[in-house]
Amino acid sequence: MTEDKPDIPQLKEDLCAAIDVAAGLEGLEAVRVHALGKNGVVTQLLKTLGGMSPEERQTEAPKIQGLRHDISAALDEKRAALEEAVLQERLASEVQDMSLPPPEPLMGSIHPVSQVMDELAEIFADLGFAVATGPEIEDDWHNFTALNIPESHPARAMHDTFYFPSGQQLHSGSPANGDGAPMLLRTHTSPVQIRTMTSQEPPIRIIAPGRTYRSDSDATHTPMFHQIEGLVIDRDITMGHLKWTLETFLKAFFERDDVVLRFRPSYFPFTEPSAEVDVGYSIDDKGRQVIGGADHWMEVLGSGMVNRRVIAACDLDPDTWQGFAFGTGVDRLAMLKYGMDDLRAFFDGDLRWLRHYGFSALDVPTLSAGVGA
Amino acid sequence: MKFTLSWLKEHLDTDADLDTILETLTALGLEVEGVENPGETLGGFRIARVIEAGKHPNADKLQLLKVDAGDGDPVQVVCGAPNAREGMIGVFAAPGTYVPGIDVTLKPAKIRDVESFGMMCSERELELSDAHEGIIDLDESAADAVGEPYAAWAGLDDPVIDIAITPNRQDCMGVRGVARDLAAAGLGTLKPLAEAYAPAGTEPADGKHDVSGQRIEIAPVPGEGKGPDVRTHDPEGCPAFFGRTVTGVTNGESPPWMQKRLRAIGQKPISALVDITNFVMIDLGRPLHVYDMAKLAGPLVARRAKAGEQVLALNGKTYGLDETMTVIADDKAVHDIGGIMGGEESGVEDDTTDVLIECAYFTPERIARTGQKLALASDARIRFERGVDPAFLEDGLQVATRLVLALCGGTPSEVTRAGTPPEGTKTFDYDPAFCAKLGGVDVPAAKQREALEALGFGVEGDGPFTVAVPSWRRDVDGAPDLVEEVLRIEGFDSIPSTPLTRLPGVALPTASPDQRRERKMRRAAAARGLNEAVTWSFISKDEAAVTGDAPWSLANPISEDMKVMRTSLIPGLVAAARRNLDRGAPSVRLFEIGRRYLGDGERPTLGIVLAGTRTHRHWQGGGKPFNAYDAKAEAMALLEAAGAPVDKLQLLGDAAGHYHPGRSGRLCLGPKKVLAEFGELHPSASKALDLDGAAMAAEIFIDAIPLPRSSGGHLREAYAPPALQPVTRDFAFLIDSDAPAGELLRAVSGADKTHLIAARIFDVFDGDGVPDGKKSIAIETVFQPGDKSFTDEELKKLSDAVVKAAEKAGGELRG
Repeated sequence: MTEDKPDIPQLKEDLCAAIDVAAGLEGLEAVRVHALGKNGVVTQLLKTLGGMSPEERQTEAPKIQGLRHDISAALDEKRAALEEAVLQERLASEVQDMSLPPPEPLMGSIHPVSQVMDELAEIFADLGFAVATGPEIEDDWHNFTALNIPESHPARAMHDTFYFPSGQQLHSGSPANGDGAPMLLRTHTSPVQIRTMTSQEPPIRIIAPGRTYRSDSDATHTPMFHQIEGLVIDRDITMGHLKWTLETFLKAFFERDDVVLRFRPSYFPFTEPSAEVDVGYSIDDKGRQVIGGADHWMEVLGSGMVNRRVIAACDLDPDTWQGFAFGTGVDRLAMLKYGMDDLRAFFDGDLRWLRHYGFSALDVPTLSAGVGA
Repeated sequence: MKFTLSWLKEHLDTDADLDTILETLTALGLEVEGVENPGETLGGFRIARVIEAGKHPNADKLQLLKVDAGDGDPVQVVCGAPNAREGMIGVFAAPGTYVPGIDVTLKPAKIRDVESFGMMCSERELELSDAHEGIIDLDESAADAVGEPYAAWAGLDDPVIDIAITPNRQDCMGVRGVARDLAAAGLGTLKPLAEAYAPAGTEPADGKHDVSGQRIEIAPVPGEGKGPDVRTHDPEGCPAFFGRTVTGVTNGESPPWMQKRLRAIGQKPISALVDITNFVMIDLGRPLHVYDMAKLAGPLVARRAKAGEQVLALNGKTYGLDETMTVIADDKAVHDIGGIMGGEESGVEDDTTDVLIECAYFTPERIARTGQKLALASDARIRFERGVDPAFLEDGLQVATRLVLALCGGTPSEVTRAGTPPEGTKTFDYDPAFCAKLGGVDVPAAKQREALEALGFGVEGDGPFTVAVPSWRRDVDGAPDLVEEVLRIEGFDSIPSTPLTRLPGVALPTASPDQRRERKMRRAAAARGLNEAVTWSFISKDEAAVTGDAPWSLANPISEDMKVMRTSLIPGLVAAARRNLDRGAPSVRLFEIGRRYLGDGERPTLGIVLAGTRTHRHWQGGGKPFNAYDAKAEAMALLEAAGAPVDKLQLLGDAAGHYHPGRSGRLCLGPKKVLAEFGELHPSASKALDLDGAAMAAEIFIDAIPLPRSSGGHLREAYAPPALQPVTRDFAFLIDSDAPAGELLRAVSGADKTHLIAARIFDVFDGDGVPDGKKSIAIETVFQPGDKSFTDEELKKLSDAVVKAAEKAGGELRG
């Protein structure tokens, strides 16, 4: 047999040269098919192994197998190089101007009144107070009579009450409203005291935040505003507990240990004894009032021991149950803590104001993180 | 209530300085609202002598003065006062002095080309009186004081103290009551009343006189002749009417000491007789009235007014009366709105010679009602409606008589006493231990007794006290009041701060499920870019009309813009949005959580208004207006935050009339439970609310959202993520163009309960290839296999189920 022996080194050299000059991945694929495809030259060589004698195969097989291995490796290497070149080219074409601004995030906000109410709920929750609510369109009995403010009482004149036309009734079961006294917009959150005491067995610890209304409008008064009421009824509650509760609350609210309170005797028909509470403040270098210290005083709270008549009006035995109540303005607390100076802006819905004085959705007041944001 | 320090000291013998007095007043509950010392505010005004008075070269009515203000060199002053003359002594203000009466701080000035270095002042310029016809003209007694501060020389160096009196403390609406409180608090002693009002040497040994069964402090003035015919025919409104006449009086100006006191507290002196009544009212808290006898006809009677009767009151206004009011009248006319204000007709004048002094007791509740009804405020009303001392009529009348005799002369008649004042004293038991039980501070019984006695209470017994309340403390009617009295004297500072005990058991959430839900919605809304607003609960009638009938309208609104309780949050939010757009805001997203006020109650509601562009203009796009789907997206997202089963919501029925009928919807759980409405505002609604252009709105009816059923614990359903991949199949269905695609989606979603885990509309098409009157809805469905992969047969079954469900909903599979 004088068949031509394939010149494997030559073939390798030729194929390697073809791989080397292959243009792009497609060219390389053509070389691969030419060499290793079904009818490729290397594949053909491999097929000849079958017809060889064992001896011949022993010498030829390593050469041919080696050729296939080398060509495969050369192909892989070249493919990797070509792919890298393609990637580099793509990256070079994919440049963007990263200085351009992304879409603006939406700036939602929580109103300061809501935020402060959440803060108060958090502080008082720690003291075991639940949050109670009541209607804003109230009857005369809950707003006045049950709170020991009879019709002729001079204190009624202090409440500039909004009334509805007489004859229009809503709540039934108000013991003394059957005489057709007109319904009104509650002038304080105190009727919630009555609603709580008439619906719940003591011991009671509640706060009642909400909208309140008085016919008053000037720089510091709006006809609608927010109050928060506190009520504790138990067997042995004293003014000492009232004092501690208010001190604890205001220290936690303003997050200052130097909050100083001054209790002054005062008068509210629904408490006896009654105390007005001043909080000490100082003036900072920008002329703003900062709560803390005792340089100046401002009135922030009305409070006292719940009047026996009020307890009795709620069908509780005033010889068994006693306690304290307090009330203050939520808007006012917000202004003192966060430095707003115009109450009317609270109710205007000016986006600029809401964003400046408002709070992020995630500023959830917690005791561990602080109730201020 | 205003008084001067020297006036206080007429009743209070004290060494305490002003600051201590002020602090003590506030600590007693008599809150000091202000203190002003004219001696300090008028410190710049000095006594000066005019040493030369010549003509002003350029003005006939002006004079050129040379004034010696004690500085050596005389000063040149241009003066227009007609009484300015050489040698007179007056009051001078140098440049730099603030002149309160004209609200000007003086500067050197040229007046008609002549320089003037200050001012000679009138009383009005110093706010001492209204007199301004000429400058102050002092007599020669001031000669030695030239150069000295005028206020000090004139005795104006007397701080005026203004205190707030709470409605329960009528007794402190007289200077003497204030003095009594201060004395009880340890700031000196209360002088006997007689010391101020009765001639020395008239006090009996125990300080009290017997007058017709009453023990009074002022020595009675004997009368000559029968007392006047005064009666009370309205014992309910006016239980007691004491009166006496004084004939032959000379009215005129009251003496300087009285005028000075009245002026200092802002009361205008009128005449001796009127000033006496004002003085006694402020000094002792005892209102009086003086009638001119010459103008009365027949008996003077306290009675109910007749409907339609009128009286011209001393304030110059005429009041219409009715039968609920108590008046004092004679045969001809009403002369006094009892206890509130006297009548013009029988008022005393300069030429009055015979007077009738009234000292009566009017029932507080009656006075309050009458005063409210007439909207008539007066110093007398404030005192009577809070309840004057019913045991002080006799003293009050004697004090008034003595002052009239002293200042105006005349001869008093005997006293006529019609009716009887109510019993002013009451007695009850008080256990001193109650102070600790209620007040939280253990004040020794002896100290409590001391405090109460100093305030005029009678205290008997050792264990539980028997306490007699003084007649002037109508407000005290129970043990808690006495605790307050003791603590006022002891000082509220003495109350120890006492921690509340922690309630037993585990700390459970204090917020109710409703409250937690509301908080979640609020935070979710803010997180989605909505700004929370708080708008008025009351809006105008026109605004309210946009959202339908409003059942609650205020009878006495503060303005027409704030009259009607809202039945929707939308008008208020739209108004706020409009204001923002007017201010140039391009994109407005507002929400509010508040109540709607309906006929049967108040409903918690979340309202949303979107106006302007959805986002700012941006290089990647933006600046597009909101559409109704934005409102739907917010409503759905917030409903989800509230825990509503959003996958079960149906679009049923029409949204309210303030929405665009074709671009709005109601999200319901069944036909009766409407959870929310959303959509584009009806163009008419936008117009009615003054909004240019469209706005999107949504309202979530929070109380309609079912609260999640409590499973009674925190454990969740067991769950392991499936091992096999879900399979996606797309379908396209033809439905009628006006049919809701949502119904089709709902039907498809319900086609299989086990494997179908999602169905989404990914295309809506009505172009080429879609028959007229139809639209093509493309839906992607996702099937989750269980333990084994789906067989072809299973997948076909699922597909068939989807197609069948769609067919039932009117969807025809596209070939």
